[in-house]
Amino acid sequence: MATEARRVVELGYGGNERLMLNMGPQHPSAHGVFRAILTLEGETVVGVDAVIGYLHRCHEKLGETLTYVQYPTIASKTDYVAAMTSELAYVMAVERVGKIEVPRRAQYLRVLAAELQRIASHCLWLGTWCLDMGGALGGGATVFLYCMRERESILDLFEALTGARLLYGFHQVGGTRYDLPAGWAAQCRRTVDTIWSRVDEYEAMLEGNPVFLVRTQGVGVISPELAQEVGVSGPLIRGSGIAYDVRRHEPYAAYPELTFEVPVETGGDCYARYRVRLREMRESITIVRQVLDGLPEGPISSRPGVKSVGQVRIPKGEGYARVEGPRGEVGCYLVSDGSPKPYRMKWRGASFSNLAVLPHILPGHKVADVVAILGSVDPVFGEVDR
Amino acid sequence: MSVPPLAWETVEAFILLNAVILMVTYVTLLERKFAARLQSRIGPYYVGRPHGWLQPIADALKLLLKEDVVPATADRAVYNLAPLVFLLPCLLIFATIPFAPGLGLADLNIGVLFFLAVSALEIVGLFMAGWGSNNKYALLSAMRAVNQIISYDLPFIFSALVPVVLAGSMQLSAIVAAQQGPFGWFVFYPGLGQLAFVAYLVATLAAENRVPFDILEAESELVAGFRVEYSGMKFALIQLGEYAHILATSFLGALLFLGGWLGPGPTWLGPLWFLLKAMLVFLLVTWVRWSFVRIRVDQILAISWKLLLPATVALLLVAGLVVAARGGAGGA
Repeated sequence: MATEARRVVELGYGGNERLMLNMGPQHPSAHGVFRAILTLEGETVVGVDAVIGYLHRCHEKLGETLTYVQYPTIASKTDYVAAMTSELAYVMAVERVGKIEVPRRAQYLRVLAAELQRIASHCLWLGTWCLDMGGALGGGATVFLYCMRERESILDLFEALTGARLLYGFHQVGGTRYDLPAGWAAQCRRTVDTIWSRVDEYEAMLEGNPVFLVRTQGVGVISPELAQEVGVSGPLIRGSGIAYDVRRHEPYAAYPELTFEVPVETGGDCYARYRVRLREMRESITIVRQVLDGLPEGPISSRPGVKSVGQVRIPKGEGYARVEGPRGEVGCYLVSDGSPKPYRMKWRGASFSNLAVLPHILPGHKVADVVAILGSVDPVFGEVDR
Repeated sequence: MSVPPLAWETVEAFILLNAVILMVTYVTLLERKFAARLQSRIGPYYVGRPHGWLQPIADALKLLLKEDVVPATADRAVYNLAPLVFLLPCLLIFATIPFAPGLGLADLNIGVLFFLAVSALEIVGLFMAGWGSNNKYALLSAMRAVNQIISYDLPFIFSALVPVVLAGSMQLSAIVAAQQGPFGWFVFYPGLGQLAFVAYLVATLAAENRVPFDILEAESELVAGFRVEYSGMKFALIQLGEYAHILATSFLGALLFLGGWLGPGPTWLGPLWFLLKAMLVFLLVTWVRWSFVRIRVDQILAISWKLLLPATVALLLVAGLVVAARGGAGGA
C-alpha cells in the first residue's frame, strides 16, 4: 500500500472558507509540546501538519559524552513517564555489545520494575486521555484523579525501591542497582490487588457510559495496513489487530519464563486502544504476581557496585536492544569504540513512530476528535524529541 | 411615612441582587466540595478553616485584583460590552422567581415565558465575547454556542411547558399552588412528570453549557472557548453570569417539578424547602457534570434534533391530551 505523506479530505467549501488553527505547542491537550497546524472547514479537519522538536535536548549527543555508568541515570529522561523501560533499553544495549551476563534475580527484578511501570504509565494515560475528552472541569477530571491515586501507590513502591519517584536509575549495566527492601513484596502484592479491583471500577465507569462510547468507538481508526506501513507499535498496533509485542517476538530479561497474554483488539479505533491498555494492566498485574512468587535468590548484579564513573568498558562493536515499553517498541542502538563512553547512541522512541500516524487518521474528524485521537496515541514528548 | 413604590422596588431589587450574588458565590463552593467528594479528595480547606468557608471571597478578591488584559486586535467595544450583555439576562431572570408566597420581586402572570425568553438572550453576550475577542478558538466557540443554544432552547422550553400545561398557568406561584397534596409535585405525575423532568435536566445541562455539553468552553480543545481572552473582573462577570444562570434554572426546576416551597412544617419553612430542592436539582446537574466526558458537537446536535426535541414535543402533546381528557387544568 502506498501511503501518501499528508492526507487531505476535501469538503468542497472552497479555499475562502478555510481556517488555519494553530493547536499547540502551548495547548492544554498538547501532551507536552505538540504542535498541530490544523486546516479546518467549519469544525472538520481537512489537513494536519504536525510539528515536533520543541523539546529537543540533544539527548543522543549527550549520551556520547556520558559513560556507561552515568548515562542510565538520565536515560529515563527520554520517556519520563516510563523511566524504567528506557533505562532498561540502554543497559540491555550495553550488555549486548559487551556480552555481559545478568544474574537471574536481576532479570526478574527488571521485569518487575518494567511491568509496574507499565501499569503506572497506563494509569497516567487513561487519566490524561479522559481529561482530554472530558475536560478539567468535568467527568474527565474525575477519572484523572482516580488514576492518579493508583499511579501514586506505584510511585510509592518505586520510592521505597529506589528513593526516587519519577526518574529512578534502577537499572545498571550487569543487573540492577537496588534489591527489594524488607516488606516490599507484601506491599507490592497489596498494591496490585487494589489496582486489579480499581481496573474493574474504570471499566464499569467508562464502558457503561454511553457518552464515553460515542466519543471513542469508530474514532481515529488505524487500519492494520496503515499501522504496519507507518510503523506504529505497542497498544496502537495491537489495537489494530496485529499481535506484535517485543516481549513475545524477541523475549528479553525473564519474560521467556513467565506466562502472559498479548491483548489484541481488532477495532483499530480509540476504543480498541483503550481496551488493549486496560487488558494490559491486568496482564501486567499477573506478571508482577508471577515474579513475586518465583523470584530467585542470588546476586542482583554481575558487576560490583559503582566505584568510579569510568569503570564499565566494553569492547569495540555495535548492537541494538529493544524492549516493549508502555507506548511500544523502545530501542537503543549503540556503537562502542572501546572507551568508557559510547561512540554513537541512537534512540528509537515508540511515541515518535506512533505520532507519525496522526496526519493519516486526523483529516475528516472534528476538532474535538483531534484531542481524543492524540490522547489515544499516548505520546510523551521527551521521547519524541529526545 | 409612605415610600414611593418605585423606590421600594429598587430597594427590593438591590436586596435580591445581592442575595443572588452571595448565593452564586457559595454555590461554587458547594459544587467544589461536592466534586471533591466524588473524586475522593477534600476540596477547598485552608482559606477559612475548616472547609474553606472563605474560599469564594478569596477567589472574588483575586479576580478583582487581576490585571485586565485587552488583546490588541480585539474589537474593543464589543469585547468590553460582552460580559455585561451576558450577565444581565442571567440576573434578570431572578426577578420573576418567587421564593415563597408573596416573597419575590415580580410574580408575573407570564413568569415562565419571561424566564425562558430572557434566559435565551444570554447567547447574544456569548457570541459578542467570541466575536469581539478576535481569536480563532473564541470564534469556533461562538459558532458552537449559536448552534447549541438554538438547538437546546426548544427542548428546554417544551419540557418546561409540560408543568405549565398541567397547571394551566404561566404564573410560577400558580404552578406551585397546583402541586399541593401528597405526591402532588409534577415530578410524581405518573410517567409524564418523570420524563419531562429528565428532559428538563438534560436541556438545562446544554443550556448552561455544562459537561457533557460544555463544548463552548471545551478547555481541552478550544482552550477556554469564548472567554479565552478574558481576565480579571470581566472573566469574573462571565463566571458570575454562568453560575447565576445555573442557579436560576435550578430554582425553576424546583418550582416547576418539585413543588417549590411546598413541604412539611410551618409555612415559614417554605423558602428553606425551596432552597433545598433547588440545591438538589443543582447537585443532580453537578453529579452528571463530574461523571461524563464531553460530547462532540455533531453528536450534541443529533441528540437535540433527533431525540430530545421530538420527545419533548410528544410529551407536551400528551400533557395537553391528559388535561383535555381530565376536563381542565389544575392540581393533580
